[in-house]
Amino acid sequence: MQAHLKQTYNYAFLDEGSKKEIRRTTLKAIAIPGYQVPFASREMPIGRGWGTGGLQLTLSLIGDQDCLKVIDQGNDDSVNAVSIKKLVQSCTKAEVTTDSERATIIQTRHRIPEVPIRSDQILVFQVPLPEPLRMVEAKERKTKQLHAEMDYSGIWLRLYEDIVKWGKISIGADYPALAHKRYIFAPSPIPRYDLPKLNHADGLFLFGAGREKKIYAIPPYTEIEPLAFDDYPFEVEHFEGCSCRLCGSSDTFLDELFDEKTGQKFYQCSDTGNCRKRQEKRHTP
Amino acid sequence: MIHDASRPLLSVRHLTKRFGKGCAACSHPEQLPEGSNHCPHCGTVWACNDLSFDLYEGEILGIVGESGSGKSSLVQCLYFDNPVTDGSATIATYEKGAANIFCASSQQKRYIRNHLMGMVYQNPWIGLRMQFSSGGNIAEKLIAAGQFNVHNIRARAKELLEHVEIPVTRMDEAPLHFSGGMQQRVQISKALANHPPILLLDEVTTGLDLSVQARVLDLIRRIQRESRTAMIVVSHDLGVIRMLCDRTMVMKQGRCIEAGLTDQILEDPHHAYTQLLVHSLL
Repeated sequence: MQAHLKQTYNYAFLDEGSKKEIRRTTLKAIAIPGYQVPFASREMPIGRGWGTGGLQLTLSLIGDQDCLKVIDQGNDDSVNAVSIKKLVQSCTKAEVTTDSERATIIQTRHRIPEVPIRSDQILVFQVPLPEPLRMVEAKERKTKQLHAEMDYSGIWLRLYEDIVKWGKISIGADYPALAHKRYIFAPSPIPRYDLPKLNHADGLFLFGAGREKKIYAIPPYTEIEPLAFDDYPFEVEHFEGCSCRLCGSSDTFLDELFDEKTGQKFYQCSDTGNCRKRQEKRHTP
Repeated sequence: MIHDASRPLLSVRHLTKRFGKGCAACSHPEQLPEGSNHCPHCGTVWACNDLSFDLYEGEILGIVGESGSGKSSLVQCLYFDNPVTDGSATIATYEKGAANIFCASSQQKRYIRNHLMGMVYQNPWIGLRMQFSSGGNIAEKLIAAGQFNVHNIRARAKELLEHVEIPVTRMDEAPLHFSGGMQQRVQISKALANHPPILLLDEVTTGLDLSVQARVLDLIRRIQRESRTAMIVVSHDLGVIRMLCDRTMVMKQGRCIEAGLTDQILEDPHHAYTQLLVHSLL
């Protein structure tokens, strides 16, 4: 007969040494807005590329008094978001919520909640590709040097080529931006719609890339400037004439959905927590 | 650019480039065996050995020599592609000619590369981004110099491509699809984007057929005449040197063995190697 081993993990899964290292890296990242600080990404119980960077940041920060919200493309109920919440709940006493205004830490994949982040909240991004220059330079050693020398003509050239080919810049999500007039950073694949929310925001934004082993940050009240040519200004996605079929809002980021049977197109809020709140407000007189 | 024409625009002193660690047996160039730039003890190659020369505004200086004589190493050092081992170079229009450009910070070196020098490589694959459009290749230089207006960038790129006789209709095509001569001309237009006072040309016509060669050479002469750009032309082809250069420096095994007016060197070569070179001219 095999005896059942009860595995007990340290508080918040990671050992104290690891948490300390991640916090130290985070502090450095906050001190240099947009600079990618390398860190020793730990093995997590989920696969690399599934949000391990964000998860490690969350776990290094969380305490019992915290309230956590996890979203995946704005959605609170996706498998990944639910699994991450379960893991955090199983090794801390932190509360979980779907209300972005109640949360103290919000871990997110590819969206920023509609309600602006307050100064007492931290938004943690899961980042797949932290290096904005990767699309123009394959070697890490070179991109580090380009950042150090602020030699950004390569990425600008890419934007120029886009304008020549398509008449506009074709980057949808993960639009490169300049932090504090110094480092170009990849805002993880958030839509362009969310990018201005990083500029002079009240809250703290942390970016964790588990597979690429990098942490970077946008501290509160930092200037964020999306790259744009003088005569081709930066534009966000717009949804003229569309509104959410659930809450009726027309001033939020909408997902386009398609009904296979009827062939009908309809729109729905990407931020489900906010959408639910609006629906409740609409139904209560 | 205000510049006293009697002062050299670029002056290079004691430029030395060594590949390898060097040892006690080759610490002084004189110790190297006669007729070789290869140290028999440590295997170090002295690619450029104590080279000094001046380049004046609007002048074309030729550098001629056999393969492996250190010609390309020299221009690559000047363009900061390779770090120098020793020596100094000053540019009259940079820091009033007081600063050794080899000791500048990497940011300053980038400024010099973008604003004060242009480089045309023998192999256009090194000098161009083949997958990007020709206009984009020029745009890269303009962006590096702080130009962020697409309209202005395109206007300047058009002007440059017209100057090198590339049809403007092919501006948005990648140089990958161009012929060798056209690629070379795109490279020249890229190098000229920010009106650099100095242009470095490394074997630009090697490998091109004769009629294309003639057009590229014509272009180089026209640029020199119109914008008074000073140039260093590296070639192993004495024909090219004779056609383009006012003064010539003959290199062999990393050393300058003869320098002077091109005519003089071709008519009355002093060094045995130069004589050999001139006599083997078809």
